[in-house]
Amino acid sequence: MKITFAHMGNLYITVKALLEDLGAEVVVPPMPSKRTLSIGSRYSPEFACLPLKVNIGNYVEALELGADTIAMAGGVGPCRFGMYGEVQREILKALGYEFDMVIIEPPQGRIRHVLEQAGRLVGRNPMRKYVGAVRLAWAKMTAVDELEKAAQRARPFERRRGAATSALGSALKLVDEAAGISQVRRALEEGQEMLRSVQDPTPGASRRNPESPPRIGIVGEVYVVLEPFVNFEVERRLGEMGVLVERSIYIGDWVKEHVFKDFMRLRKSRRPYDLAKPYLCHFVGGHGVETVGHTVEYARRGFDGVIQLAPFTCMPEIVAQDVLPAVSRDLGIPVMTLVFDEHSSDTGVLTRLEAFVDLVERSRRRRRARDGTMG
Amino acid sequence: MGIPRALLYYHYYPMWKAFFESLGGTVVTSGETTRAILDAGIKVTVDEACLPVKVFHGHVLALAGKCDYVFVPRLVSVERRAFICPKFMGLPDMIRCNCRDAPRIIDSCINLSRTTREYVRAVLATGRMFTRSTLRILAAHRRGRAALTRYGRCLESGMTPDEAMAFMGVAPLSDELAQRAVAAASSTSGVARGGGGAANVVIGLVGHPYIIYDSFVSMNVIRRLREMGATVITADMLPWAVTEREAARFPKRVFWTIGRRLLGAGFHFLRSGTVHGCLHMSAFACGPESLIGDILEREAARHRDVPFATITVDEHTGEAGVLTRLEAFVDVVTRRRKQ
Repeated sequence: MKITFAHMGNLYITVKALLEDLGAEVVVPPMPSKRTLSIGSRYSPEFACLPLKVNIGNYVEALELGADTIAMAGGVGPCRFGMYGEVQREILKALGYEFDMVIIEPPQGRIRHVLEQAGRLVGRNPMRKYVGAVRLAWAKMTAVDELEKAAQRARPFERRRGAATSALGSALKLVDEAAGISQVRRALEEGQEMLRSVQDPTPGASRRNPESPPRIGIVGEVYVVLEPFVNFEVERRLGEMGVLVERSIYIGDWVKEHVFKDFMRLRKSRRPYDLAKPYLCHFVGGHGVETVGHTVEYARRGFDGVIQLAPFTCMPEIVAQDVLPAVSRDLGIPVMTLVFDEHSSDTGVLTRLEAFVDLVERSRRRRRARDGTMG
Repeated sequence: MGIPRALLYYHYYPMWKAFFESLGGTVVTSGETTRAILDAGIKVTVDEACLPVKVFHGHVLALAGKCDYVFVPRLVSVERRAFICPKFMGLPDMIRCNCRDAPRIIDSCINLSRTTREYVRAVLATGRMFTRSTLRILAAHRRGRAALTRYGRCLESGMTPDEAMAFMGVAPLSDELAQRAVAAASSTSGVARGGGGAANVVIGLVGHPYIIYDSFVSMNVIRRLREMGATVITADMLPWAVTEREAARFPKRVFWTIGRRLLGAGFHFLRSGTVHGCLHMSAFACGPESLIGDILEREAARHRDVPFATITVDEHTGEAGVLTRLEAFVDVVTRRRKQ
């Protein structure tokens, strides 16, 4: 049995470690490319959201490489993601592929249920083995997050454009190849050192603003925020323009909040909900409330701008997008929404990013001047 | 109390009206959707919002100055373990952020996904605006439920919402329109048969209520089909048991209430042989329908004897384009039937 799964940013490192440590054979689909997207959009429903389409492309490319089992998460709504697995199975069956699709529905607290479903994928294992695999996967996931954060901090100060991104690439490779927890730790340290060494230590070395680079927060739907291929590497682009970027979602947090706590029936963090009031007072599925809550948080922390990323037709993000102008107006923080689908273009996104960074800088200068005269 | 004539007005208006009126309130509605209402809605919403949401904003704005409160309930869920659409869950927030001149909003949170307790609390909280007597509120609610049951029976007998409301005497239409609707409804003894046109076919119409029953948004699809001589059956005219049974053919329970109803209706139309054609009408970029429509299309491909077509509408849709497609579809259905 050869298991495959869909890509979402660097999540594959974690999933691969988990499944392989449990003795499964894994086929990681090729990194998403133009081909992936064109396969996906050819066979998917026209108005389905982008993640579904890219997933289909991933599956097709992995099935071509010999995978025969697809692991996918389910859901209970109201976001469309909960229906993905069933619809994707229909699409792939209609294309004539032979495969088994294991859709892991949220067990809502029953740990036995999780193990049963895991058993379908990787066979029976002693509990000890599960614990070991989860610990290794967890270590890798944390390391990936740390490295991504380090790269975001390094980019505005790198000596050579692109150096931080290529250092991140080699560091992630080390993490991916690490065979045990101690090796993961070493890979993380090595990666952090690589990312330190690409920066110019002299003060005032930032590309854009010598004393303090502008800070922009990225919020939005988890898939397009985490997957650089579909968001045209927003993070790298901004970083290389000299902007300090922070995202509202890292894979580790996402897994902790949405996978782990769901499984264990732990109480989820109420913080985004409290912050989102009075703009959005109710769960709307997906990450709608988080998007609004994090925008408020970035504004309070003194960020200079917020960019919302969403797939075209994403229902929760549309609700969020609809109330964001009010947040922006009340808290005085520039907010821009970028919507992605298979027709989005590189230059279109780049132009908007450049314009937004200009706008953010100007509003910051104005704010400083005003505060200066008042002070 | 103002009730916007959009979104789930088409499902719940008789209930809401009965509830508020038995508590001593006066109910007004915005009129039928017009170009001006739509334009007002487009102006205050983001581009990405779907057509029905834009139309709803327009209706709320149209109620400004005509009422003290607008009823914009947060319809999270109307049955166990299912939702309607994420946009309904954030609707009061969207209205509050976008329509700053709107009358005060009553945003009772209707959530039956887990328990009924939350629902009871919401009903009581809404009723307390009128009276402190819990008994009176519960009696009003009972009257509302009774109206809803009666309304459901009218729909099942083949009436459209407008006809059913006219028949029940709760229609907010102008007098002339109401009379015409009553005449139409009674002359066909409750069953909405088409007349006049040459075609003698039955067409199953699948679409969200706020699309197909809104004469402006749907370009009058039901009236036009009837004028061509077709009898129109919609999901709301089918008993729940039928749509539930049919929707259960899909391996996963669909967690959108209307989505599941439409899927069940579509399966029923395609499989049961009770209709000669199945027409699917959806709003551009509707989330649930992007998947429901795809599932239906795949099912339709397995039942070639029932012609299936999808018409997508948005704020740029031209009447002539829709009409041409409708005529072509009815032609195909008629010809297929003769064969």
